[in-house]
Amino acid sequence: MTEGNILSVSNLKVTFNTHVILDGIRFDVRRDGTLAVIGPNGAGKTVLFRAILGLIPYEGTVEWAPDVRVGYVPQKLYVGKDIPLTVSEFFQFKENDSRKIAAVLTSVGLGEGESKDFHRGQRLLRTRLGVLSGGELQRVLIAFALLGKPNVLLFDEPTSGVDISGEETVYALIDKLKKEKDLTIIFISHELEVVYNYADTVLCLNKEQVCFGPPKQVVDKESLEALYGENVQVYRHQNQGGHHHGH
Amino acid sequence: MDIKLLLLITTGAFVGAASGYLGSFMVLKRMSLVGDALSHVALPGIAIALALGIDPLLGALVALTLAVIGIWYLGEHSEIYPEALVGVFFTASLAIGILVTPEPELLEALFGDLERIGYWDGLLTIVLAMLIFVVTRRISRRLLLGVVSEDLASSTGVNTSHVNFIYLLLVGVVVALGVKFVGTLLTGALVIVPAVAAKNLAKSINHFYVLASLIGVVSVAVGIVIAKFVSVPSGPAVVLVSIAIFILSYVLKNRN
Repeated sequence: MTEGNILSVSNLKVTFNTHVILDGIRFDVRRDGTLAVIGPNGAGKTVLFRAILGLIPYEGTVEWAPDVRVGYVPQKLYVGKDIPLTVSEFFQFKENDSRKIAAVLTSVGLGEGESKDFHRGQRLLRTRLGVLSGGELQRVLIAFALLGKPNVLLFDEPTSGVDISGEETVYALIDKLKKEKDLTIIFISHELEVVYNYADTVLCLNKEQVCFGPPKQVVDKESLEALYGENVQVYRHQNQGGHHHGH
Repeated sequence: MDIKLLLLITTGAFVGAASGYLGSFMVLKRMSLVGDALSHVALPGIAIALALGIDPLLGALVALTLAVIGIWYLGEHSEIYPEALVGVFFTASLAIGILVTPEPELLEALFGDLERIGYWDGLLTIVLAMLIFVVTRRISRRLLLGVVSEDLASSTGVNTSHVNFIYLLLVGVVVALGVKFVGTLLTGALVIVPAVAAKNLAKSINHFYVLASLIGVVSVAVGIVIAKFVSVPSGPAVVLVSIAIFILSYVLKNRN
């Protein structure tokens, strides 16, 4: 692996039964960089994450730097409202020290004393995981990922399930965390605006690798057509925020 | 009080606690009916053990272990959980079990018979139930994280396949222990009903585990006493007590 990189992926191929999900994926992630993975639904974005996390079998090589500690923030959790698992018990899967839990809650903006409601953090810890709002759950998942003191955070579509007013703040939060903690960020998104605003590198996927590089250079008409061109409706829907960037 | 009855109640309470505790994960994993189907596999095992003249508990344990390996394998190696296949396979084993179990032992194997539980059985059962508690406690966090999200569990270094296998083996053992008290037709209920009742009332996961175990204890103990004094088979008595607690929990839940 080249020095300065924290992840190096080459010739990655993933097949389910005989179905090729991903093929010919090759990219590097710079230490402290922010990589966005974009592509239409079914492009294999989540599969890429699961492969680099080692959760599914793949061909090719995925090489992490030796000192890597990965925190993973999944897209969603299927925790029913009826499941009596509290936020506090969820954190205890990873950490028993309540001060450490309080610290990560503070870094995701759910801590004590951040609002007029002084006991918000304590109350949240007693709340069931299944009844949290989309925004709260996402922050709890980010806090959970932060518990292992990771130097790489993988986010699977950070905005999904969060209301529009909340969307801005999740990316602002990611940005804030990055500035505070020496983090490399890899996130999946389908909103081009977010990619332009927060990522220094973009990987475009549509089963194969369509583009890789700085967003302003590699995201052009050609690559967008290769990503979304076959289905204009999807293209319009998924790029709502991106039109005024003039592509 | 009769010393034999006391031993029965104590042994039964241990089995009830272990079943309730394990059952709470089964309910969380949404595989309650797998637990039920699994219990039917004990019957052919018991029948074969009787035919060979060995301890029926051993036969049940072997049959259940094989079934657990089958369930675990299917769960790991298919894309969709093959619940229908499990249903077909296990009802088949129940049917075969009924045919091959000798007539005098059939009723006992199906519904449980307290008279057949001796001191050795009791002691062995208590030791195994305690072992189940200890092992389950050790894997409980990893198991539960796997229920919440398999990917999250794997990404934090949990071998979910391994943990699931240990868990299913424990379920197999607890079902084998329960067979003596409530019979192969109803041991599934001993695993499921206390946990479902506890879920109605639980405020947190730890609360849930404690309640499920307690309801298991009460169901078996009260069921045994009723069976003894009213002279009915212990299986239906125990299960109906647990069902009564379930109904009570449901009413209490809806009142809050």
